[in-house]
Amino acid sequence: MLLRQVFDGVHTEQNKCAQTDVIEPVVVRVKSLLKLSCKEIMQQEIIKITKVSKSFKELKAVSDLSLTINSGEYVALLGPNGAGKTTLIEMIEGIQFPDQGEIAIAGKNWKSNERDLHNIIGLSLQETKFIDKLSVYETLNLFGSFYKLGKQRTEDVLDLVNLQAKKKTYVVNLSGGQRQRLALGIALLNEPKILLLDEPTTGLDPTARREIWHILEKLKKEKGTTMILTTHYMEEAEYLCDRILIMDQGKFLAEGTLAELISKYGEGDVISFALNQKLNVSEFTQLPGLKKMIWEDEGRKGKMVVLNIAETLPVFLHIVEKLNARLSELECRKMTLDDLFITMTGRHLYE
Amino acid sequence: MNNSLFQLVALQFKNFFREPAIIFWAVIFPILMAWVLGIAFTNKGEAKKTVAVVGNISEKRVAWLKPDSGNTVTKQFGEDIKNPTRVKFIFIDEPAALLSMKRGEINLFLQQIGDTITYRYDPQNPDAVNTYLMIEREINRNGEPMIRSSVKPITSKGNRYIDFLIPGLIAMGIMNSCLWGISWNLIEFRMKKLLRRMVATPMRKKDFLLSNLITRTLIGAFETSMLLLFAFLYFRISMEGSILALMLIYFAGIFAFAGIAIMVSSRTANSQIGNGLINAVTLPMMILSGIFFSYHNFPDWCIPFIKYLPLTLLADSIRSIFIEGAGLREIVMPFIVLTLTGVITFFAGLKIYKWY
Repeated sequence: MLLRQVFDGVHTEQNKCAQTDVIEPVVVRVKSLLKLSCKEIMQQEIIKITKVSKSFKELKAVSDLSLTINSGEYVALLGPNGAGKTTLIEMIEGIQFPDQGEIAIAGKNWKSNERDLHNIIGLSLQETKFIDKLSVYETLNLFGSFYKLGKQRTEDVLDLVNLQAKKKTYVVNLSGGQRQRLALGIALLNEPKILLLDEPTTGLDPTARREIWHILEKLKKEKGTTMILTTHYMEEAEYLCDRILIMDQGKFLAEGTLAELISKYGEGDVISFALNQKLNVSEFTQLPGLKKMIWEDEGRKGKMVVLNIAETLPVFLHIVEKLNARLSELECRKMTLDDLFITMTGRHLYE
Repeated sequence: MNNSLFQLVALQFKNFFREPAIIFWAVIFPILMAWVLGIAFTNKGEAKKTVAVVGNISEKRVAWLKPDSGNTVTKQFGEDIKNPTRVKFIFIDEPAALLSMKRGEINLFLQQIGDTITYRYDPQNPDAVNTYLMIEREINRNGEPMIRSSVKPITSKGNRYIDFLIPGLIAMGIMNSCLWGISWNLIEFRMKKLLRRMVATPMRKKDFLLSNLITRTLIGAFETSMLLLFAFLYFRISMEGSILALMLIYFAGIFAFAGIAIMVSSRTANSQIGNGLINAVTLPMMILSGIFFSYHNFPDWCIPFIKYLPLTLLADSIRSIFIEGAGLREIVMPFIVLTLTGVITFFAGLKIYKWY
């Protein structure tokens, strides 16, 4: 694609030069065009993780992972607790070092480029507590000074994360959502190319969560920031991210957009139900369009993955009626990431 | 039955016993302290005191009070009451006796004026009163008529107990300010994961540690001046020596204890362990370094060691500046030792520091 652009560029330049009969400048233009596209190629691949492993004593937290993230991409790491999300993100942050494998960020590794990398990365850790008796403004200024930024930047960030009204409030008096926005503000101080957020909205109510989403959306649109985000919330991953990586036991189980994941790992709808009595499991094996039946309580409560609700549901209801049973719960919906995770591992995303 | 009072008590016990560090600091550390101090200061047999004798004693009933070849004489007192104390009498002149008293080497001296034995000490010093009562009892135990004796209190500036106490308290204040101030701060930052967050920025680690040193220097200066001001106004203490020397030794002291504080807090993220570590450093020094009473009461074998403890160096230097009029020359050695302590512990701490 890029090469084609370059060729097209050369082609147009050649046309122009045929018209003007000037060869020298054309060569220069072509060269600069090529250089630009090399740069573009470089920019495309901003994080490259190659065969990385990390263990803590007995536990293998991250196992032989490889991942490439392109500039401007928003990626979500999704998985249950202990899946290795935090370990992976902390290795990218340079807080932990892999036992094996390599991590390159903008073509650089942590060992010899610590300062450079700190300058292009912004991050928020899982549950950092800031200094209680420092105001929002003072906290931002303190962190700003580490990046040698002026007070104007502090003001800009206050606007960006919508904390202007809380400027003089002590950190200890902030609400959970305000505290998370402060953490995000600190992460954004240095206008990072790469943003690494570890559960930025955990424990927040839906409104506070949405507020953070809007800030992140704006960044993507206006600054072309790259972001990796770990989360427990599927809708967060769905809403914000171009790509979703599902992690479990230190490995990636699946990756892609939500639509891709669903079409690849289980296209269809979900009917979940509970009955007032136990029925014979074999009654349900002949349902039309049934892809998978997952029993939570055999014969009584379960979940069906079906090709088409409209085709399966009437037959299902008919069987239930025929057997004189009654439904105590019924829910029909599109496949979610949690359903996907269950079909892949037999467990919920977060249990 | 699930009694909630029982559950609450059980909770406290579980909290206590499931944290090995607390058990160490609450149970094992006090036993260790008792053991070490006990061995050092009680097992060696009897207690020891030094008393100065000024001039000749002609009174015949205390004929034993004569200098031997080493210009001293040692006598065992209090055996009849199962409280033996070895008293070493040293024979010196009055200025030397006053200087020894300022340094805390002695707390009482006696002289014969006419036919009266006169005891000189500060009645505000409980240890000195004790010495007086013991000697007085021993001298008059064996017979009538009693030897005439009198007490002439020493209350002139520089010789009082308060003059001994204030410089020691200043030194102790510097130690505690650094150790509790810096260590506590650093452990809390680590606990809150704030340290981890900060080193994920281009912040220079050395700047971070230096900021603690600078703050302590300034806060400590304020604390010390307040204490000094109070002591000047209320107790009318005076300073005989060089103010420049005092400032230099103050900086060296802050530096030494800041270094020690950074070292102490370099690994732990647990406030209880931190608490124990800080106590393990400060408590022995508070007892040994002659803050409240002179370390010359401790057995001879440990005095060379005690003299080089950072707190002893600092307290002795401040004391010599205040009451002996010491200048720059007298504080060169302690200044160098304290500064080196600071440099070594600072860099060792930086080396093993756990940032995340």
